[in-house]
Amino acid sequence: MSLLELKDVSMLYNGKVPALQHVNLSVEKGDWLAIMGPSGSGKTTLMNIIGCMDHATSGHVILDGVDISEVSNDGLTQLRRDKIGIVFQQFHLIPYLTAVENIMAAQYYHSMPDKKEALEALDRVGLADRADHLPSQLSGGEQQRVCIARALINYPVLILADEPTGNLDEKNQQLVMKIFHELHEEGHTILTVTHSAEVGAEAERRVIIEHGHMREAES
Amino acid sequence: MFWQMVKGALIRQRKRFFLIALTVALGVSLAAAMLNVMFDIGAKVNQELKAYGANITVTPRTASVLQDVYGVESGHKEYLQEKDISKIKTIFWTNNIVAFAPDLAGTLTLTDGKEVPLHGTWFEHVVTLPTGESITTGAQEIKSWWTVAGAWPREGAGEALVGEKLAADLGVSAGDTLHYRGKDGEEGTLKVSGIVTGGGAEDESITTDLGFVQGIVGAEGKVDKVEVSAITTPENDLARKAAANPERLSQKEREIWYCTAYVSSIAFQIEEAIPGSAAQPVRQIAESEGKILEKTEMLMMLITGLSLISAALGVSNLVSANIMERSREFGLMKALGATNLSVSLMVLAEIFIAGIGGGIVGYFGGLLLAQAIGQTVFGSAIAINLFVAPIVAALMALMLLVGSLPAIRMLLSLQPASVLHGR
Repeated sequence: MSLLELKDVSMLYNGKVPALQHVNLSVEKGDWLAIMGPSGSGKTTLMNIIGCMDHATSGHVILDGVDISEVSNDGLTQLRRDKIGIVFQQFHLIPYLTAVENIMAAQYYHSMPDKKEALEALDRVGLADRADHLPSQLSGGEQQRVCIARALINYPVLILADEPTGNLDEKNQQLVMKIFHELHEEGHTILTVTHSAEVGAEAERRVIIEHGHMREAES
Repeated sequence: MFWQMVKGALIRQRKRFFLIALTVALGVSLAAAMLNVMFDIGAKVNQELKAYGANITVTPRTASVLQDVYGVESGHKEYLQEKDISKIKTIFWTNNIVAFAPDLAGTLTLTDGKEVPLHGTWFEHVVTLPTGESITTGAQEIKSWWTVAGAWPREGAGEALVGEKLAADLGVSAGDTLHYRGKDGEEGTLKVSGIVTGGGAEDESITTDLGFVQGIVGAEGKVDKVEVSAITTPENDLARKAAANPERLSQKEREIWYCTAYVSSIAFQIEEAIPGSAAQPVRQIAESEGKILEKTEMLMMLITGLSLISAALGVSNLVSANIMERSREFGLMKALGATNLSVSLMVLAEIFIAGIGGGIVGYFGGLLLAQAIGQTVFGSAIAINLFVAPIVAALMALMLLVGSLPAIRMLLSLQPASVLHGR
């Protein structure tokens, strides 16, 4: 059984503006899939649906055996907590918490904060020495790495990365992509949403979304 | 982690939370001040009303019954004994008896044949109580609103006050001498020590020493009535029930009534102390007191309510602005798996910490404000009522909850996808 399966998923905003139309997609455990497409193509809408932050207007989204199309908002919250790790383009760190506390916040909402484990997660992304720094004291690349550490801390079945390098310079972009490669090699399932062909090329599989329609990219 | 996040938010948003605390402090200070004043205002209004004279009139029982039942005066005139008057200060509520003065009415025939109303009383009389203690009391104490042009009469010196209107009729002024004819036709003189203005019967009569009038009317050692000024507890339903008929009170009600300084229970105790007397509360005073108190309390409640509503609106605006400003942060928390309950609790914790801080400052500010009101309005301190603290705390909690409701509703409807990605 696939880890993630989208069956005939459509999304209409305000009941009439189509953002996604009859999308079908299957992602296996351990896959690294890049969803590519220009701005306004429906990438973010798709990510919101897969990330359990929104319901599709029609169709079925099955994540790790659960049809999330039929899950309540509370149920979606639980699925986000238990099964998804999200990496945001704009990092979205809590500004008054240090790097390690930002990771512990994700642990707190999942189960119990564990500082040792949070520090290990930071160490893994090369930021052990920046643990007690506030987001405002970190560079963009460092903030993104904290975001990745936070996404990994609760052992999610799916890592969703929304334009993970969109706000980074080339050096930091390479650092972040290196981490994704390591995670992929460890068997993590990664889904990156990007408009960058360069970032998309790093994934083992690519799909293109245009005007709400999805198709496999030519290799 | 929860408190770590709350602490972080409080420190980072300190200006906003300071404003919330300030708003709560203002609301709570007004509420605390008004409630303290409200709980103490009964005694204050009571003291103020003492300036308007006696609130109990003691008369002979028979005269009182005929007057009450038939609206007529007895043909045979009844008197109280002057020697019994001091017993007023022997009742359970003796310390609440501020002053008293007897009154004996008669007529004085002037040498020109004109008859003028005459009243005898004590002016500044030293009374020896059955306990051996001495007190000074009389019209000078009880008729505090009388204006005397000249001097108050000295007892036993043949001096009198002449009412303003009567003085104009007679063409006398302070320092003049009045010539009168006694009951046996003998002539005598009274020195006009002052002209009195009081707005009542005294403006048209001569007021002089009780002993002199007793001699004129041939009622030695007797008085018509005694006016008593007492500090009383404002009337309530129990007092009104007792005033209608004390016999209808249950044993417990009677105990409460008897041991509370209601005007009716003090009057009842005076009747017990003076044989053959009927002590009647001056209803206008008692009722005015109740009405003034009721209206003042209502005003205080209104101010308390309005101040708390204003504070709740202020808190509501500030918290809503805070939530809007931090919508990404809360959206992120929800995206990370925070439930609506956990995010709402965090926001409430922040608001309550700021609110409690402001509330404590506001409470003590309110105590100071109450004292300022007491000094300005009543010229005395307001008693601090310990019950006000829990009442204010409960009202503040309610105000913070009500004030937070719109923000919490906003928080519940916040969708992580909307605030993090837009859609």
